[in-house]
Amino acid sequence: MINILPQVLVDGLTLGFMYAVVALGYTMVYGILEIINFAHGDIFMVGAFIGTEVLLISDALGALEGMNPFVALFITLIIAMVLTGALGVGIERIAYRPLRGAPRLVPLISAIGVSFLLQDLVRFTEALARNEFYLNSPALFTGSIPLGSMATIPTKGLIVIVIAIVMMIALTLFVNKTKWGIAMRAVAQDQSTASLMTINVNKVIMLTFLIGSSLGGATGVLFAQNYGTIDPYIGFILGLKAFTAAVLGGIGNLRGAMIGGILLGLLESLSGAFMGPLTNGAFGAEYKDVFAFSILILVLLFKPEGLFGEAVKEKV
Amino acid sequence: MKKRSYVGVLSAVLAVSMALTGCAGNSNSSGGSNASGGQSQPAPGNSGGTTTEGGLIKIATQSPLSGSNSAVGDAIKTGAGYALEKRKEEFKALGFDLQLFPQDDQGDPKMGVSNAEMLISDPDVYGVVGHYNTGVAIPSSVKYEEGKLVMVSPANTGVKLTEEGKKTVHRICARDDAQGPKAALYAKNTLGVKTAYIIHDKTAYGQGLSDQVKMQFEKDGVQILGFEGITQGEKDYSAVLNQVTVKNPDIIFFGGLYPEGGILIKQAREKGFKGYFMGGDGLDSSDMIKIAGSAVEGVVFTSVAGDVTQTEEGKKWAEEYKKVTNKPLETYSVYGFDSMNVILNGVLEAAKANGGKKPTREQVLDAVHKTKDFQGQFTKVTFDEKGDNTNADVFIYKFGKDKSIFVGKAE
Repeated sequence: MINILPQVLVDGLTLGFMYAVVALGYTMVYGILEIINFAHGDIFMVGAFIGTEVLLISDALGALEGMNPFVALFITLIIAMVLTGALGVGIERIAYRPLRGAPRLVPLISAIGVSFLLQDLVRFTEALARNEFYLNSPALFTGSIPLGSMATIPTKGLIVIVIAIVMMIALTLFVNKTKWGIAMRAVAQDQSTASLMTINVNKVIMLTFLIGSSLGGATGVLFAQNYGTIDPYIGFILGLKAFTAAVLGGIGNLRGAMIGGILLGLLESLSGAFMGPLTNGAFGAEYKDVFAFSILILVLLFKPEGLFGEAVKEKV
Repeated sequence: MKKRSYVGVLSAVLAVSMALTGCAGNSNSSGGSNASGGQSQPAPGNSGGTTTEGGLIKIATQSPLSGSNSAVGDAIKTGAGYALEKRKEEFKALGFDLQLFPQDDQGDPKMGVSNAEMLISDPDVYGVVGHYNTGVAIPSSVKYEEGKLVMVSPANTGVKLTEEGKKTVHRICARDDAQGPKAALYAKNTLGVKTAYIIHDKTAYGQGLSDQVKMQFEKDGVQILGFEGITQGEKDYSAVLNQVTVKNPDIIFFGGLYPEGGILIKQAREKGFKGYFMGGDGLDSSDMIKIAGSAVEGVVFTSVAGDVTQTEEGKKWAEEYKKVTNKPLETYSVYGFDSMNVILNGVLEAAKANGGKKPTREQVLDAVHKTKDFQGQFTKVTFDEKGDNTNADVFIYKFGKDKSIFVGKAE
């Protein structure tokens, strides 16, 4: 049983990095606005569809023939990121900004509405254009790389991990080293004071949505590449789990979201593989989510602010 | 009532989108009912709709027209619609205006039930061809029983459906307690497997079928290395498949449908699984090939639906079907067609017994329930007391590179 451990870890990491990048979107928006953008999972889904459509259309035009797969993936990622980033900014402008002064539950409901809207919109357009909304993405990478004798990692899985790491590093540098990053952190700390210090709060919020959504969209492209089949409902469960990861790491904390995501992916993979044998078949792989979420509840019981979150201090 | 209007709007949107994409195979794709459950407006392009003295007779279909099972759901609807179109004239001569009333149950029990409520409240609806998912058929049939509305299923294999003593429930295909054991026997005797790993999708259909297979395997001394559930709609099954690769069974049996089955076999092959992959009739769809890609080759499945193109006459029928409806032929197309004809025959019988006037629903139900030795396009139908078809068979198929190949009848 133990000899599948490396393979399980590889699968868990692939999944975990995807959770991590999507979790960043949740955490960034929460850090700045203190609202949960429940439409974020569906922005990820839209990204998956845009990426798949770009590949399908260029495949139909014969543009993928002889093109370096890395170049193709890069172009697809850029297109998906630009469009989902714009979508995120648009959602903020239409669904959240008018509600900024309202009680916190109101934008939450609005977000859930946007989430349904995006699902049905994608379903409708795909049904109209292709007469089906279950898309199978053309595979750019089919090989796999052996890691010793115990495990192999599919090339596409490795690409997911590498790109996720690149995105995380870029975001960290951006937030810590640039003027806009400082502005973002300032707004997260105190909106009204930040605006007194000549920071354009609206612009910062727009930027947050732009970055968070484009990261989510890029992850969607990676997801479609990795699993091959997508439908308009993939964003819901994945979004929920990424949100969970963000809470696990401490919502509002970037490093926490990354580590929370990777942890959750590993937990899911490990419990899926080992729960059956350990409990003698009483709890099979089908209970993996139950297990993962139980861990989450346990963590929150002892550390309500999450693993890396800071306990909320009274703002004076 | 809010919910009802939502359904109405949704199916209207669907009808419009279908009309726009030119896939309104029949000329009668009417939108859903409006909030008050009143008359639906036949879509433009309807053949005039001259309501004659006898009045309107609507036969509904309920199958998933959207969602992951829509390829098969649409085939059921199209097959049933084709049967109805063919007999329009015959009914007109008797003074009846026959109309198809397709509903989208989305493969969702809640949706099926709310559609069923709408159907029984419409006095012109005389029968239902449906469903595709057993899990949807069982709760919906509670409503049909209330409204005495006869249901003939082209595809439900779940045992429980006809075991609950509902008079309205009928099916023309075999049951899982026939399908499962025959699948297991085929795996053992023909494929020669000694160890098996069973995966199911936790639905009434998938788990039911897997239980049947497991029982038969245990009887025959095939070792069961694992019995696991997966979640419908997920895209990553590496957790289960890692265990499979460790135990390295001769065969994976999957009780479930093609969206999950396609991903499972694809990911299993990626992980280096070399054994057989087998499933039930849930894998029977051309979409399986799209999802699984090259991994589909060699996947074996049993089906309660036979291949209509095995005979010359069937080939002719299939050609004509494709020409008229402009849709690909799925194995369930002909089952939709036969189910519709069983109902229409019942309506005719009941109308005759009623002196040529419009019969009551109960009379239609009685007539359908008494169906004996009815020769459909593909299957012969005789209903027993429960509503099961005593002439139903189980068939074996195998996927080639780009289509499924008929292997033969399972013994």
